[in-house]
Amino acid sequence: MITSIRGQNLLSLDELTRDAIVEVLDTAEAFVEVNRRTIKKVPALRGRVVASIFFEESTRTRLSFETAAKRLSADVLSLAVASSSMKKGESLRDTIGTVDALGIDAVVMRHRSSGAALQVSRYVPHVRVINGGDGLHQHPTQGLLDAFTIRQCLAERRGVVGTETGAELFAGLRVLIVGDIRHSRVARSDIAAYVALGAAVRVAAPATLLPEFVEQWPVEVVTDFDEAIEWADVVALLRLQRERGSGSFVPTLGEFTTTYGLSVGRARRLRPEAIIMHPGPMNRGVEIDSLVADSPAAVIGRQVENGVPVRMAVLYLSIAGADEERAS
Amino acid sequence: MNIVLRQGLVVADGSAQVTDVLVVEGKIVEVAPGIEAPHGTRELDVRDCWVGPGLVDLHAHLREPGREEAETVASGARAAALGGYTAIVAMPNTEPALDTVALVSYVLERGARTPLDVCVAGAITQGRRGELLAPMAEMAAVGVRLFTDDGVGVQDPSLMRRALTYARPLGVRLAQHAEDERLADGGSMNEGPLSSRLGLVGRPALAEELMVLRDLELVALTGGSMHFLHLSTARSVALVVAARRAGLAVTCEVAPHHLTLDEGACASFDPQFKVHPPLRTSADVVALRTALVAGDVDAVATDHAPHAPEQKDLPFDEAAAGMLGLEHAASLVFEALGATDASAQRFFEVLSRGPARIAQLRHDDVRIRHTGHGGAVAAGEDANLVVFDPGVTWVVDRHQLASRATNTPYEGRTLRGRVRATIAKGRLVVDDGVLT
Repeated sequence: MITSIRGQNLLSLDELTRDAIVEVLDTAEAFVEVNRRTIKKVPALRGRVVASIFFEESTRTRLSFETAAKRLSADVLSLAVASSSMKKGESLRDTIGTVDALGIDAVVMRHRSSGAALQVSRYVPHVRVINGGDGLHQHPTQGLLDAFTIRQCLAERRGVVGTETGAELFAGLRVLIVGDIRHSRVARSDIAAYVALGAAVRVAAPATLLPEFVEQWPVEVVTDFDEAIEWADVVALLRLQRERGSGSFVPTLGEFTTTYGLSVGRARRLRPEAIIMHPGPMNRGVEIDSLVADSPAAVIGRQVENGVPVRMAVLYLSIAGADEERAS
Repeated sequence: MNIVLRQGLVVADGSAQVTDVLVVEGKIVEVAPGIEAPHGTRELDVRDCWVGPGLVDLHAHLREPGREEAETVASGARAAALGGYTAIVAMPNTEPALDTVALVSYVLERGARTPLDVCVAGAITQGRRGELLAPMAEMAAVGVRLFTDDGVGVQDPSLMRRALTYARPLGVRLAQHAEDERLADGGSMNEGPLSSRLGLVGRPALAEELMVLRDLELVALTGGSMHFLHLSTARSVALVVAARRAGLAVTCEVAPHHLTLDEGACASFDPQFKVHPPLRTSADVVALRTALVAGDVDAVATDHAPHAPEQKDLPFDEAAAGMLGLEHAASLVFEALGATDASAQRFFEVLSRGPARIAQLRHDDVRIRHTGHGGAVAAGEDANLVVFDPGVTWVVDRHQLASRATNTPYEGRTLRGRVRATIAKGRLVVDDGVLT
């Protein structure tokens, strides 16, 4: 297990201890303030080079990472895959090797294949690798920013500062994750984070969209969404990943929405203080009703906003964290 | 060339004794202590080594024609010789597939230029497309005794039934890669809690077992015979064992990697561990070893599957499936059998006698081109012999392998026991662990 990501790769939340996660959340807290300044920039990674390589389409994660790197004053090399030589048949190893030859400190990458970030970390052991999503496996910064968002919401309500609470606010917190768990790297990272922080996690999905062997995951499976609604402090919805074939795992989108969509009716039955989350991009009208998505209980915009300070924290700790520790 | 092997533990069927073996002009002429060899005989002191019939591999992908960058018949034969093999069966999933006499003959001719006996398995269906039967009778006439679409199994049950029926009077055997590809779902590792956590699509054990069940029923229906390739689950082996006891003409092999590696290796996402059927659970590994020791497995076959780096060094789900086998199989089987002299009988049974029976390569079976394999170490037999030293250890270094490819999952691993010498058709082709 990794007890701190200082100087380390961030590949999977499965391998992070509670302390390692709390350290990222606490570090991110400091960067929230930076993002509220007029001059949204600190020199923490000045002179460092971060490559951003997204082999799979992404808008928000890529923008979020690149914004985070720039606010830390890092130089950003951004490889646009559509125009890259991967399209001409270049291998992952060669693409990474080429970018590495330009002189980089870290690479943020997304790839359609599970494990691709771990493989890249073996290709360039001297470069810090931040996984921006690999196949169905992990999306660690999403898990961290989701945890950060929950802690921030709960801390505000209690009038306390997040950094003073550690993981306390997660003790016994009831999180319900709904939808396409099977094909979701976000679910795998979210569950790892919430469980490590002490929350109780339930998952609800059509049985075909549950992962195989879900009974061995550290979660409780709910077979009826409606029964679990009133239980939840947090409801996290997932996108139905039609591009990964999940369309054929349920009879029709309509039936999926009927049985597992967060409709206005279901949202009414939520606890009054419940938080509604979605990692985006949303299929409005499929897994979430548009009115619910835009309701005050939904913190979807805040999740996007928090992406930047959390990714700043990850980049900072991973790239410069070890140096700072040595200096102090 | 005359060769005398001095004071090796000569492993015969059912017994073993320390004695000498004299080879003259391709034949074993004497097995006795203190042989007086003719002048000029090559003397090999093989004390503390096992001497037995040369190994026979039922399952080698030699990649020629079509994928010569990964392996050729010549390089595959060199790897095989180093691994102690004197006969190998080249699998037909080349490009194009070995589905006609012309293509089979091409590989046989390449094989004839090597020191080993290189046999060919023909395709069951034309182009291995699983649609129309390949001309099995014509291929059988040039010596083909095994037919398979390996790489994938014959999926269509009606077609497999017809193939079994058609092959029955030809005196040949069908060999099935038993996996239902629809149920395997394009997966890249064993389906289980680990694949679920890693976000890799799994190939369930049931995909293999269902196909084994289906084909056992088809064998029963047709009265045909079938060899099951690389069985990887406890249940698959149990099914075949039960069917054989019930009188069906079925045999099975397991692969060295399924005896020595489990699915846990896939957590590294290192594509060297990707293979079809996939590495299974540690319980399956234990069950396969138990079956091996108990004599329930007819053969260990390598499923030697060389791949060029550009096919293998890819994201796990995109990488080619398969791993090298020929050069470390004997050491791995030695380990799986418990690494003692007591396992010598089973060692030669599963690596030589069993596969030679299945491929019809024994002295009595020989019709065309081949010398006898998998026989006794006795006067009158063809001199296909291996000397295995159980007392040494060695470290696998992929750059030291004779195969053109480097895709071994055992890189850096210390293995016990190693082939010291290989005598193929009376020629000393490997001496002191190196090609002569």
